[in-house]
Amino acid sequence: MSIRLAFIGIMALSLSACGINSVPTAEENAKAKWADVQAAYQRRADLIPNLQATVQGAAGSERQILTEVIDARSRATAIQITGDDLTDPARVQQFQAAQQQLGGTLSRLLANVEAYPQLQSQQGFQTFMTQIEGTENRINIAIRDYNEAVRGYNTTIRTFPDAIGARVIHGAEPMVPFEAQAGANQAPTVDFGNSN
Amino acid sequence: MIRPLHWLLLALALVASPAAAQTFPELTGRVVDSAELLSPEQEAQLTALSAEIETASSRQFVVATVPDLQGYPIEDFGYRLGREWGIGQSEANNGVILLVAPNERRVRIEVGYGLEPVIPDGYASQVINGTILPAFRDGDMGGGIVAGANEIAEQLRLPLEAAEARALEAAKASRGSGDSGGMNWIALIFWIAVLLFILVPIVIGAAGGKKYRRGRAPVVIWGPTWGGSGGGWGSGGFGGGSGGFGGGGFSGGGGSFGGGGASGGW
Repeated sequence: MSIRLAFIGIMALSLSACGINSVPTAEENAKAKWADVQAAYQRRADLIPNLQATVQGAAGSERQILTEVIDARSRATAIQITGDDLTDPARVQQFQAAQQQLGGTLSRLLANVEAYPQLQSQQGFQTFMTQIEGTENRINIAIRDYNEAVRGYNTTIRTFPDAIGARVIHGAEPMVPFEAQAGANQAPTVDFGNSN
Repeated sequence: MIRPLHWLLLALALVASPAAAQTFPELTGRVVDSAELLSPEQEAQLTALSAEIETASSRQFVVATVPDLQGYPIEDFGYRLGREWGIGQSEANNGVILLVAPNERRVRIEVGYGLEPVIPDGYASQVINGTILPAFRDGDMGGGIVAGANEIAEQLRLPLEAAEARALEAAKASRGSGDSGGMNWIALIFWIAVLLFILVPIVIGAAGGKKYRRGRAPVVIWGPTWGGSGGGWGSGGFGGGSGGFGGGGFSGGGGSFGGGGASGGW
């Protein structure tokens, strides 16, 4: 009798361990990592006004690309994703596309601008290049950490026993990982007017 | 008896294998000169500099030279190495690594999250391009590393950031009570054993109304502490500090890295 009681107790205990805590923990972790991703992108967006001043003064003929960069920046910063949108593939892809657009035009501008010796010698431009390099590096790491957190979360909600709690109590849906930008330093082939 | 052991080994092998993707040198001290670029005097000088910084500010500064980046870009290798070693205190993430890969001809200053305002990317880049690389190009590897380390140390002597100061206060307050970062595993196992064999019987005994005289041990106050051998802060940082090994041992405080710093090549 007491064995059966103990068995029931263990069952209850293990049921209560079925993702009641682990699912929200993994979820909050992934959301926090997502906040880092957005912060890293925001950091890049915040750098662009500095570039604007430098390039506009020094290289008049690059104004066309500079305008594209500024447009892409305003599109990219307009799309913000809250933690709850992370299960929506369309939203995440939209964000990703906008950021990649910005990254693409920005690197195109920088590649063009590098041909100007007077810019190369400017201290401000050198500092900007260092900062943008560091920012791209932070973006990559933030994305990697986020994807790792998403992988952990998605595994948690799909594997036994956490899947029980995830489905019954939390109604958890898998989150969408972020694809690393393979061509961050290549000119984009996408036409600028086509993105949404 | 053999079969469960086999299964255990198999399980361990399965768990351990993904971690073997990237291997890191052992954190043998404040200067890990795997590529053998430094003279013994330079190594001693850098070790003293790092110890001085940590004693003064809790910031951890490590010089690492590696013979091989294993195909990774130095930016990727650097932050992973920093996380693996846990350089910097866990609450403040205030570690810096000066990483040199002579065979790939790359150098990087990897800055922990918490020190990004103290050593901005621009400053790190300036140290690399203005001080380290000219010496490297002249073939003076050791001299370049020492000169670069001295410039980094200049910044590390600046006053603590607010977050670091808070972490320092918290660590001082909780020293010995055990919620600081890299904990001493022997101490952890010890306290778990205490919990299992002494406290649990006491609780069960009390709940059951039985008299467990054996379980009513006096409160144990002589157990190993969490932060090194009691020295904790002053002698080498909290979180697995350097006390207890005659000053030779050094370990990271559990700090993390997120891509701060700069790199360069020659």
